[in-house]
Amino acid sequence: MLEINKLNKTFLTGTPNEHKALNDFSLSLKNGEFVTVIGSNGAGKSTMFNAIAGEFLCDSGNIILDGDNISYKKEHIRSKHIGRLFQDPMRGTAPDLTIEENMALAFSKSTRKMMSPAIRKEDREFFKETLKGLSMGLEDRMKTKIGQLSGGQRQAVTLIMSTIVTPKLLLLDEHTAALDPLTAEKVLDITKKIVAENNITTMMITHNIKSALSLGTRTIMLENGSIVLDLNGEERRKLSVADLMQMYKDKSGKELDNDRMLLSND
Amino acid sequence: MLSIISGSVLLGLQYALLALGVYITFRVLNIPDLTVDGSFTFGIAISSVLCYNGHPFLGIALALLAGLLAGFVTGLLQTKAGIHPILAGILTMSGLYTVNITVMGAPNVSLIGKTRFYDFFADFMSGASKDVPKIILIAFICAVIVILLILFFKTVLGLCIRATGNNEDMVRASSINTKLTTIIALALSNGLVALSGALITQTQGYADVNAGSGMIVVGLASVIIGEVIFGKRSINIGLISAVVGSVLYRLIVAFALESNVFSANALKLLSAVIVAVTLSIPAIKKAISNRKLKKEGLRNA
Repeated sequence: MLEINKLNKTFLTGTPNEHKALNDFSLSLKNGEFVTVIGSNGAGKSTMFNAIAGEFLCDSGNIILDGDNISYKKEHIRSKHIGRLFQDPMRGTAPDLTIEENMALAFSKSTRKMMSPAIRKEDREFFKETLKGLSMGLEDRMKTKIGQLSGGQRQAVTLIMSTIVTPKLLLLDEHTAALDPLTAEKVLDITKKIVAENNITTMMITHNIKSALSLGTRTIMLENGSIVLDLNGEERRKLSVADLMQMYKDKSGKELDNDRMLLSND
Repeated sequence: MLSIISGSVLLGLQYALLALGVYITFRVLNIPDLTVDGSFTFGIAISSVLCYNGHPFLGIALALLAGLLAGFVTGLLQTKAGIHPILAGILTMSGLYTVNITVMGAPNVSLIGKTRFYDFFADFMSGASKDVPKIILIAFICAVIVILLILFFKTVLGLCIRATGNNEDMVRASSINTKLTTIIALALSNGLVALSGALITQTQGYADVNAGSGMIVVGLASVIIGEVIFGKRSINIGLISAVVGSVLYRLIVAFALESNVFSANALKLLSAVIVAVTLSIPAIKKAISNRKLKKEGLRNA
């Protein structure tokens, strides 16, 4: 589904702050694979997502999504097939637009007739049905401005929006990190459900080693802009959190310096 | 007295198109677009010159196109060239001065004795006082444009434009080109502004190359006065309130001048003060409530 070949990206080239964010980064994802991504701050996790989503063009290498070379395509073109969630629940929705207007905007990906009515009757019913799946009572508040919802509710709606037209790839960038533990768990459950139901190829960045191992089918660890650990199958199933910490230490030559990884509950 | 009111209503309805244009950029797109001063005069220039040469309707149609073009240029500067929105507007506005004076051929054009667009309609209503047929005609034009805009903002493209002003990231994530939506909104806005200038110049019977100066403030004042009356609600109400705000603004100005409280020269300062005060109300309210909280907190400490 996704093939990344020898991707390189250096920021601030030629300055004292030069930073090689992606270093011959290669990755291959099979259809329907659910990969959790871990690594310390600055390892290149988010940069990798940004590169795939098209926020910048890479210095070299290529990205192939479902047989289509998207390396030089613009961000909004790529987003037709790539769904993305950020840590900040405010980023994924337009606060002054109502719930149904936000959903209509995401849903318009499927039709793309610019001058047709944005919300038809049958769309409204479909949105309601979809929102019911969240069991947050939002299906009765379709005309509420999204800015009035809580962070957790907004993130849940964003999740629905980014998968309402099934994407080929779903990128989750610590999408539960800003939520309280209970809400985070709920959003994570919804994530699992949606991903499984639609068999979406997914990558999820997390700082929680435990959920990195328990969720999904594969775990990769990034360090200095490339993959240092790639675990799946039997090997991954047997692994404990302590094992993974030790492996990290061996691979990168340093301790996991981030307390958040050990303590966080998301 | 009656003539003051009818005159102000007529003027207000013509400026309502300007207010609608300003509403689209300022409230929907969330950018104060300074192209307005230039595109308003651009509309005046095209409309007056063609009217002078015997084509009043063609003049209005081409003025609309000219406005669209002006907005398109500002849009390109903002999105493709990456120039700050305010500066992009200033650049287009400033450049348009040369264009406008070239189109007009002189700083002033008089249309006295020329056939204007409303003459064709006034013939049907020869009995009424001179402002009434114009008011009916312009009110009709405003109503049609407001209805078209309301419908437009219910389409996918309209929704995309509204979302662009609200959360650009999210629109891009929905696979929509935000550069395109920004350009379309700016073109639409300035098209309306130029149309406003085109109607006004023919009604007043003369064109002045400096007529556009300060128009952005007039447009903002109208939008804001409308919001004071109707409150900030849906976009439908917002569009209607911009029209009403424009008429009210003209009435306020007319009565202020009539009562000799202000001289005509004070008009721009007055408009600027109205806009500045109204826009600062939220900040003032917050400061007052913070002070109250502090006072009570200290007393209870």
